Amino acid sequence: MRTKALMEFCDWVDSTPLSQAIQSHAWVVPTFQTIHILAIAAVMSSILMINLRLLGVAGTDQPLARVSDRFRPVVWWALPLLLATGATLIIGEPARSLANEYFQLKMLLLLTVIVLMQLFQRPLSRDPSYWEPAGGRSARARLLAVFSLLLWCGIVFAGRWIAYK
Amino acid sequence: MDLDSLLRALEATNFATQIRENDSLFPWIESFHVLAITLVVGSISIVDLRLLGWASRERSVGRVTASVLPCTWAAFALAVITGGLLFSSNAVTYIHNTYYLSKFTFMGLAGLNMLVFHLHFNRGVESWGTAPTPPTAARVIGGLSLLFWIGVIACGRWVGYSLTPLPGTTG
Repeated sequence: MRTKALMEFCDWVDSTPLSQAIQSHAWVVPTFQTIHILAIAAVMSSILMINLRLLGVAGTDQPLARVSDRFRPVVWWALPLLLATGATLIIGEPARSLANEYFQLKMLLLLTVIVLMQLFQRPLSRDPSYWEPAGGRSARARLLAVFSLLLWCGIVFAGRWIAYK
Repeated sequence: MDLDSLLRALEATNFATQIRENDSLFPWIESFHVLAITLVVGSISIVDLRLLGWASRERSVGRVTASVLPCTWAAFALAVITGGLLFSSNAVTYIHNTYYLSKFTFMGLAGLNMLVFHLHFNRGVESWGTAPTPPTAARVIGGLSLLFWIGVIACGRWVGYSLTPLPGTTG
């Protein structure tokens, strides 16, 4: 998607003093990318732990609700950090990001995975044993875990591909 | 045969040439590399934070490492394979890059740190590992590990900004 309005918006962001300041200091973009990747590392490993438990592959000595309580807050703390560092990177290079197909795909995948996380978390907070095998929902639980892992991998991949458009 | 000519021979191999010249092979391998690194560093930091006594305090160190480290090693294997492939495509350039060398220095330090942990502390982990706050030496190891791996990621990112851009890339 590269509408005229979007490109005009990118040009405007590009001309702001903040964007100019980011562009004139070469260290800013790699520094914020480093923080961005570290936050992604926190999210990816937390998501992996929750979903491996949901699949019954790892951490099975603990109930799912406890694994989720340990790692879900990491995701919700990292997301604002990702948004803040991501926004800085966008302001520094608006056209390279906002008008980039991979960036747009990444945001679409992000919205989808957030909805998916709600589908996982809402029943779990009502009933801690909701996703346990005895509940008879193991097929749905496995599907949810696999989709969630694939979507997050897609987010990482799309993020890396932004540099190649 | 010196190192540079050895690396030039590596660059001349069929797969290295493919990665260098094909437009989408490098980004694909790089995507798997980034994915692997996020999982390595993220999962190790779960152990590090436990060693520091900052998270998972109600769970013993032994249990945390048992559930996390298999993921770390699997991801590390993927990172090594993909990293080796990326390296082969421009081996001579990478080996003379300061950030690339710093990245491996940090990785060496992280490995050494882990070795010290395994040789000196892991044996008694059943006894001290249940305490919410581990002994000072274990906490220092956890803290150092976090710092070294942050160094690995930072240097890795800077490699991309210190090379002549590869065809089709902007960073």
